[in-house]
Amino acid sequence: MRILVCISNVPDTTTKVKFSNGNTSFDDSGVQWIINPWDELALTRAMELKEDTSNTVSNVTVVTVGPVTAEPTLRKALAIGADDAIRVDAVSSDAFFVASQLAAVAAGGDFGVILCGIESSDYNGSAVGGMISEIMGIPSVSAVSGLSFEGDTAAITRDIDGGKEEVSVPAPFVAIVQKGIAKEPRIAAMRGIMMARKKPLQVVTAVDAETFTSYRAFAMPEPKAPCKMVDADNVKELVNLLQNEAKVL
Amino acid sequence: MSVLVYTENWDGTFKKLSYELVSYAKHVATLTGGGVTALSIGTVDRDELSNLGKYGASLVLSADGAPSGLDNQVYTSIIAAAMEKCGAKVLVMAHNNAGKALAPRLSVRLKAGLAAGVTAVPESVSPVVVNKKVFSGKAFGKVEIKTEKAILTLSQNSFEVSETGGIATVEAFNPGVDLTAGTTIKDVQKQGGKLLLTDAEIVVSGGRGMKSPDNWAPIEELADLLGGATACSRPVSDEGWRPHHEHTGQTGKIIAPNLYLAFGISGAIQHLAGVSSSKCIVAVNTDKDAPIFEAADYGIVGDALKVLPQLISEIRAAKAQ
Repeated sequence: MRILVCISNVPDTTTKVKFSNGNTSFDDSGVQWIINPWDELALTRAMELKEDTSNTVSNVTVVTVGPVTAEPTLRKALAIGADDAIRVDAVSSDAFFVASQLAAVAAGGDFGVILCGIESSDYNGSAVGGMISEIMGIPSVSAVSGLSFEGDTAAITRDIDGGKEEVSVPAPFVAIVQKGIAKEPRIAAMRGIMMARKKPLQVVTAVDAETFTSYRAFAMPEPKAPCKMVDADNVKELVNLLQNEAKVL
Repeated sequence: MSVLVYTENWDGTFKKLSYELVSYAKHVATLTGGGVTALSIGTVDRDELSNLGKYGASLVLSADGAPSGLDNQVYTSIIAAAMEKCGAKVLVMAHNNAGKALAPRLSVRLKAGLAAGVTAVPESVSPVVVNKKVFSGKAFGKVEIKTEKAILTLSQNSFEVSETGGIATVEAFNPGVDLTAGTTIKDVQKQGGKLLLTDAEIVVSGGRGMKSPDNWAPIEELADLLGGATACSRPVSDEGWRPHHEHTGQTGKIIAPNLYLAFGISGAIQHLAGVSSSKCIVAVNTDKDAPIFEAADYGIVGDALKVLPQLISEIRAAKAQ
């Protein structure tokens, strides 16, 4: 079985966010780019599944939609262990546009499982994975925190509000994963980084697709009032403030 | 133009989140100049359904013949059928597990742009323009939905429940769609009896400053005393001191309680991404320079293990008055 892992190239989560062009676009000057944290978990689980030979995973492909500047992030995914990479050469502006690109790649590759992170840490859209499944007309399972195989059928653990469910689904399907799906994300070793340089990275042109949404402007939150400090020996005062000032007790 | 709101049920009942959603839908419908129709899937008591009228729904469609287990394709078909039946242009759902699973599929099915995790009513409705948090709460983005229909998923605890009075008409709804599920639910494990972290209005949270998993009793005691839920930072759940479902932060649960009390949490940017929407944050940490104090409203520089028992007894004393 072949696994496709969809990767979003996002600013490092510690980035100080700035906007340019009159607050209409993200200012990416000086930004470090990383694999979206949830996609990194998806990739880690894909590697774990491939290494456990009982799953008969033959190949792990990573794909992203982005300009050439997204390639180092794909190389990083290859260094972690993916077998090959695909970059759809387009600016990822809208969830439906991106999902359309990824669905086109997925449909062309005989993948049994398509893995996506539950959201990306930049625009927090929580949309692409579900959209891919609907475009392709295949099942999707969201909030996935466990994934293993019995033949061509997956045994999935998903979070529900207030518990967990065990779900089974036949391939092909889209699994939208979250924390718990894999252990610690892997750090690429030097050998992996060397090997990644020689692994195939294919660039494909974008298919025609609409955009459903666009960002008109961005704004920073209002600066908050400074923290009111209370002496450690005067816990009573804290209770007083919470009751009578903040009115939250 | 009417608004459809999908009201999920939990073992046949609604909760505060459901009323937040209907209240929100009512505000959106005021802008679009139409009524609110609520859609319920699975078996829910009739009084529970008509009670949604109190929050602004004029009609409740009850697809009670549909399976109660969530299959994304089946539920997408049912909700799409309800959209068609009531001719709604806007669909409101929760930004929770079910909403995140269904909204993207519906976006494609209905050709409706999706704004996920909104916290306020749109500033305009033709086209729909709405603010949402981006970069995990570090900034706001103004999203324009360019399609004729729109889907808005609402962040939990971000919109006040408002009662407008009234009783909704309940109508049985046969969606007339294929109910063959692609997924099979084999087993359900519920977290017994405890208040859900995402539902809680008060959250008591511990970090590495609690020093050992054996020191958690006062965190739990304080949460019980306040009728709140317990949470923890990522290192604590990674160490296995606390279960993963308590992890709040960027990759864990994103919460917005009225009061968040952080004990021994330094406040890494990833942690703050999960809690910064809290209305009031209290931090107790030994390090006066810890970033948590920049996010907090009230702070104590001190040992969480010493402050906690004092705080418990002071709150007990205040409650006794």
